[in-house]
Amino acid sequence: MTKDIFVFIETRNNVIAEVSLQLLSEARKLKAQYVQKGMNHDVVAVLPGYQVENLTSVLFNYGADKVILCQDEKLKEATTQHTSKALSDIIRAFAPDSFLIGATVIGRDIAPRVAARVDTGLTADATIIEVDMTSDTSLLLVTRPAFGGNLFGTIVCPNFRPQMATIRPNVFEKTEIEAQAGDVVVFETTFDEVDWVEILKREVQQAKTNDIAKARIIVSAGRSMAKHLDLIKDFAKVLNAEVGASRGLVETGIVGKDVQVGQTGKTVRPLVYIACGISGAVQHTAGMDKAECIIAINSDPNAAIFQIAHVGIVGDAVLILPKLKEELQKILHLS
Amino acid sequence: MKIVVLMKQVPNTTEMLIDKETGTLIRDGVDSIMNPDDTSALEAALKIKKSNGAEVVVITMGPPQAANMLRECYGRGVDHAILISDPAFAGADTWATSNTLAAAIKRVQPDLIFAGRQAIDGDTAQVGPQVAERLNIPQITYVSKIVEVTSDYIVVKKHYEDFDETLKVSFPCLLTTLEQLDHLRFMNVTSCWEAFDKPIEMVNNQILMLEAKDIGLKGSPTQVRKTFTRPVSSEVKLIHGGSDEAVKAILSTLAPYIQ
Ligand SMILES: Cc1cc2nc3c(=O)[nH]c(=O)nc-3n(C[C@H](O)[C@H](O)[C@H](O)COP(=O)(O)OP(=O)(O)OC[C@H]3O[C@@H](n4cnc5c(N)ncnc54)[C@H](O)[C@@H]3O)c2cc1C
Ligand SMILES: Nc1ncnc2c1ncn2[C@@H]1O[C@H](COP(=O)(O)O)[C@@H](O)[C@H]1O
Repeated sequence: MTKDIFVFIETRNNVIAEVSLQLLSEARKLKAQYVQKGMNHDVVAVLPGYQVENLTSVLFNYGADKVILCQDEKLKEATTQHTSKALSDIIRAFAPDSFLIGATVIGRDIAPRVAARVDTGLTADATIIEVDMTSDTSLLLVTRPAFGGNLFGTIVCPNFRPQMATIRPNVFEKTEIEAQAGDVVVFETTFDEVDWVEILKREVQQAKTNDIAKARIIVSAGRSMAKHLDLIKDFAKVLNAEVGASRGLVETGIVGKDVQVGQTGKTVRPLVYIACGISGAVQHTAGMDKAECIIAINSDPNAAIFQIAHVGIVGDAVLILPKLKEELQKILHLS
Repeated sequence: MKIVVLMKQVPNTTEMLIDKETGTLIRDGVDSIMNPDDTSALEAALKIKKSNGAEVVVITMGPPQAANMLRECYGRGVDHAILISDPAFAGADTWATSNTLAAAIKRVQPDLIFAGRQAIDGDTAQVGPQVAERLNIPQITYVSKIVEVTSDYIVVKKHYEDFDETLKVSFPCLLTTLEQLDHLRFMNVTSCWEAFDKPIEMVNNQILMLEAKDIGLKGSPTQVRKTFTRPVSSEVKLIHGGSDEAVKAILSTLAPYIQ
């Protein structure tokens, strides 16, 4: 019988992607659920790369029981061709029960190819993963949004292994654990001599002023705030928060696409999300509904955003925000 | 040069409503549209046809009414349209869908294949890469710009989280496009009329002859156990009234989070 939960560890320039650590921690939770069923699954970090031995200790700290290290110069950077070769060969050699991959640009490029190559099922953009406690198998119940977030589906892959899923960054939380270093298994395989694609140029997008994916507090603005962005920015500044946006606002061209929250933007998981003049379309809420506390200001009492908000203010953000900023400044100066 | 564009007809998910009692999607009255990412793929193919000379073949797999979308493609200047339709193909997940699409593509033998990055109904972004895998050809996903096209290779820009790459890849290959790559042209009046007379090639499993284990619902490794709609939270504290009350409510909510 196959066992073990494999997690793809994505690296760039010798730095591990946050999502990979988040998935290790989530795999740890699945392991605990298997234990309740009397099953013993190890969490295995799969690390393809080149000169990345130094990264293995971190993987144990976030939940790996074991690391499979596959090193080759061809794996220096993750590519469709070579990384999917490495992952498929590893699956064939170790026959894992499940395989989790971060839904980054490269993860979403590789995962479907690997699933097709080893002939198994892949569920995209999972938001909840649980062990099926009602059966005596190792089946995973993988829940994901579909139809633009209007509907959720729980997907299973009963007859093929591994059960594969991609998960967007920040859907799960990473947790550091007290761990001792476990086994590092070295895996070697061969790669095509000729590369499929040639990189002619790489341009780093201009330095980011902010990264909303990492923010503790986000003040987010909708289309109706296009003419009042100063209010939003001033308030965010006092709060030491980042400014986010709905696609409605991004479409006006007032803010860049890099601050868009939602299905086609970023998934964020701040402590506080303050939605100002955002209707709450499912495509937007798909990217922020895991915030610990959601405050919504909207003039329409029937706005969909109130269905997921913890505190809903029915009112005009243009009037409320300046007062809010003023009061907040008073509080912060007093303390 | 021969170009295949994979297009899907999808429900306009922004118009979709939920039946609050049954927790299911109300599909009646929701119109079908060309999947947004696919429209830019089609436009890219039509531009290459103009600049380099190419035969553009659109392939879709879906129910018979997907023929409407193919007529719209004729109206925009594609040369040939193929509708893969057979009850045996219904209910396919991405693995089974790509087996079927790949089999149909092999009969066309294109140099270049375009797919959209992602379909707005399934939202998986898996079909493009899985078709490329089945055909054992290179892929470049998330293409945001076409830079150069010759008879042997294509140069494109690919968009990553925080950088862009300019990549060169030889034919045959598959590209998946972002919606912002291009805007699909309007139909032109004469081709619009002609579109109704152009034949749509119908392909079923008598032609593709795929095994039952590789297609449709039965051949799909993934199965849908259940579907549900987002539970409405009853927790919300709604504050009506003046801005003073609003400010007070927000500040007390924020208090634990500010130092
Ligand atoms: C495939 C697809 C993907 C998408 N992806 C995303 C995505 O990633 N992220 C995203 O955000 N959207 C996305 N969308 C778009 C989404 O469906 C909505 O259209 C969008 O989120 C609406 O933005 P909005 O709420 O700012 O604007 P609107 O819908 O115009 O809503 C404005 C809101 O502001 C309120 N308002 C107006 N004036 C005031 C005021 N003075 N004070 C307080 N409230 C006020 C109104 O009551 C209204 O609720 C996607 C759509 C599709 C089809
Ligand atoms: N039934 C289909 N027929 C033709 N093309 C499809 C079909 N399903 C998916 N595609 C193509 O694959 C892309 C990605 O779809 P998906 O993996 O469902 O998000 C789409 O944008 C289409 O180009």
